Amino acid sequence: MKKVLITIMLALAPAMVFAAGGHGAKLDHVKVDLHDQVALQNGAKIFVNYCLSCHSASYMRYNRMAKDIGLTEAQVAEYMGFITDDQGKFKSGALMKATINAGEAKAAFNTVPPDLSVVARSRGADWFYTYMRSFYRDEKTPSGWNNVVFPNVSMPHVLWSMQGTNRAMFETDEHGAKHFEGFEVVKPGSMTDKEFDKSMRDLTTFMVYMGEPARLVRFQLGIYVLLFLAFFGVFAYLLKKNYWKDVH
Amino acid sequence: MQKLINWIDERFPLIETFEYHMSKYYAPKNFNFWYYFGVLSIVVLVIQIITGIFLTMHYKPDTGLAFASVEYIMRDVEWGWLIRYMHSTGASMFFVVVYLHMYRGVIYGSYRKPRELLWIIGVIIFIALMAEAFMGYLLPWGNMSYWGAQVIISLFDAIPGVGPVLSEWIRGDFVVSDATLNRFFAFHVIAVPLVLIVLVFLHLVALHAVGSNNPDGVEIKKNKDENGIPKDGIAFHPYYTVKDIVGVVVFLMLFSAVVFFAPTMGGLFLEPDNFVPANILQTPPHIVPLWYFTPFYSVLRAVTSDFLPYVAGLVAVVTVLAYLDTKDTIRRIIYVAVAVVLAFGLLSGLLEAKVWGVILMGASLVVMFFLSWLDRSPVKSIRYRGWIYKLALAIFVLSFVVLGYLGMKSPSDIDLILFKNVIWAQIFTLLYFAFFFLMPFYTKWDKTKPVPERVTS
Amino acid sequence: MSKQGVDRTRRRLLTITTGIGAVGVGFVAAPFVISMMPSARAKAAGAPVEVDISKIEPGMKITVEWRGKPVWILRRTKEMLASLKKVEPEVADPHSKKSEQPTYVDPDNRASKPEYLVVLGVCTHLGCSPKDRLEPGNVGGMGDDWQGGFFCPCHGSKFDLAGRVFKNVPAPTNLPIPPYSYLTDSRIVIGVDQKGAA
Repeated sequence: MKKVLITIMLALAPAMVFAAGGHGAKLDHVKVDLHDQVALQNGAKIFVNYCLSCHSASYMRYNRMAKDIGLTEAQVAEYMGFITDDQGKFKSGALMKATINAGEAKAAFNTVPPDLSVVARSRGADWFYTYMRSFYRDEKTPSGWNNVVFPNVSMPHVLWSMQGTNRAMFETDEHGAKHFEGFEVVKPGSMTDKEFDKSMRDLTTFMVYMGEPARLVRFQLGIYVLLFLAFFGVFAYLLKKNYWKDVH
Repeated sequence: MQKLINWIDERFPLIETFEYHMSKYYAPKNFNFWYYFGVLSIVVLVIQIITGIFLTMHYKPDTGLAFASVEYIMRDVEWGWLIRYMHSTGASMFFVVVYLHMYRGVIYGSYRKPRELLWIIGVIIFIALMAEAFMGYLLPWGNMSYWGAQVIISLFDAIPGVGPVLSEWIRGDFVVSDATLNRFFAFHVIAVPLVLIVLVFLHLVALHAVGSNNPDGVEIKKNKDENGIPKDGIAFHPYYTVKDIVGVVVFLMLFSAVVFFAPTMGGLFLEPDNFVPANILQTPPHIVPLWYFTPFYSVLRAVTSDFLPYVAGLVAVVTVLAYLDTKDTIRRIIYVAVAVVLAFGLLSGLLEAKVWGVILMGASLVVMFFLSWLDRSPVKSIRYRGWIYKLALAIFVLSFVVLGYLGMKSPSDIDLILFKNVIWAQIFTLLYFAFFFLMPFYTKWDKTKPVPERVTS
Repeated sequence: MSKQGVDRTRRRLLTITTGIGAVGVGFVAAPFVISMMPSARAKAAGAPVEVDISKIEPGMKITVEWRGKPVWILRRTKEMLASLKKVEPEVADPHSKKSEQPTYVDPDNRASKPEYLVVLGVCTHLGCSPKDRLEPGNVGGMGDDWQGGFFCPCHGSKFDLAGRVFKNVPAPTNLPIPPYSYLTDSRIVIGVDQKGAA
């Protein structure tokens, strides 16, 4: 038994040595708190009023969102303006579909904006948070905008009026590779950097929630399940002890 | 109640079956930690079948609907998220417990006579399980599902002659498509589970016919008391049923911890790229199978044309040892002939490296069937083996883990110590095979300790 | 410890463990059972339906779908309403005492505005959708004293123009009335209770 454990330990040791670093764009870490309903509501507002013009979140329903982030359906209708179905009526159980249709989007951006329901799961919260804050002015692209995290992305900087206009500074190293050095503010927006970062944190919080609504309940439930199993385990162990008294 | 049991028993061997498999099945009393993984495999199988049935109620095997139907389960179906996470966690946990169960079989020599068939059925279960997991992984129709299936099915292309036709036949199309999804659904939901259940049943029948091995590798049936009950045996029921309940509860705690706190397990159990719907125009940058396939996937990727001479070298070493091992001329001729054919195939360039990659990956699984005959040690359990075997086993476990780790990495990663990723994979591929093919010799040379008459506690 | 003592402890432990185990199995089973209930999609599809009733001619019926079931809207003429009184002795439950309907509909003519009958077109026997036999008289073998109503082809149940079931037919109760309310005089919404109704 002991030797077997040693074998396993030996086997795991190289895995630890191998666990070296990775690479890719440097991402800013974002702390997401799904219990912060104010953040969720603010994020939802930004999402519905800006993102949802072009991007769908077509696995998510308005009424579910309203309930989960602590709004009544009437509040959602009022707070977020134009949530309507195809007949022009507010439909609480409707899926969150983009205002623009795929054809128009394709004509405008040369690509169909992807569905964002689970983007926080495929890209990760940090990626999303950094991406939203990394747009810069670039006249060479069709939209006039570019992004440090997602170079040559088709999407323009939708929130430019909040963040303002930035320019990216790059430095070329001895191998001819370009390195991002930082942003230079060309024109400030309606928000300070801090306010904008907070808004984007709220938006990220909402995206993380939307990627997996079950996140709101599963941690709490998990604790109950583990407590129950532990309780059961104690008696199962005592029962085993009792029977095994006879085994010599 | 008693009357009902009697009524049934007159028409069905109820009590007899219960006694044969439970209350009068005598298992060695010295089972340790490693002996939980058999019952845990059955627990996971049951979890997978039940959660699978409920997922099938909501899932749609259609390329246009599959991805959305999984998200529908995650959001719109009441408790659907829990059922789905149980199933996705169950898939990985199945391999965790099965690998540990197999490891137990290896260290205590449970594959040795008279349990060869038991072991072989087990290996078939393992391969069926791999097929089951592979086909199930296509069903969410995420981008990794799609490209994973594309790559693995393309392996069959490598088979000379029939390869391309065979892979088209498997897909039912020229690429992975709706036809593939639909048939994988049929196999994953009906065909393979039925096969698995039958195999598990046979595995248990074979086990109860020959009796359980134990950490000492002592046959308890050799020492029976006046009633014909093995002196070192205790009734499976109630002793091991109550013990296994404890093990199952501990396992369920670990299982629940994953389901509720880390269902993606940092991308190991559910990969981030699979939250993107399948895109036939865009391969994910790091295309890797799920962790439980990566040791074998590593073997596949390790085989390049400049690696083949080293494989030939291993063949030569094994042949020399086999030649010296026997005095029988006919055997010697057979060994040399096989070696010449293999060496010719490896070195002549008649078959390209890709084909050898597929062959070696297949061999890394198939070789397990022969374990019972490769081991020539006079003892079964690792407890009474010498240092050579222990060293060989440690190297084998190391190779398996390292190959698994390398299989998750991009082949272009060069930030590993000393060599490139692929060189490490090649080194450990050779070591993996060396464990099996050198086994007849090192188990014979190894100095063993005397095995006691009775089990130790 | 005596043998008996051991057995008593064991028995107690067995009972407790089995009990907790049974509770655990119950807890595990619950999500699976509940997962078979209508999902959020099904509920969204069951959302209220708005109907414009201004275009229905007197004596005509339209059918709309609500929660996947046919809902009939019948604009009743004076004669039709008068027929309800005539059949009262023949219907099983003339005042809709044991039938399913909102409190704000009249128990006799079964509508909140007598002119428009809004009723679920699903037979209370085994769920077929009855056929229109709106004209009085022996049309389609309904008998000479037929005053107009509905006839279920599956097992021959008959209903009058208020959806009330006749005596001696298989259907046990009157056709159910769904919750509905008037948005304006010409628009109703099915699935939403009338405001101010209990």
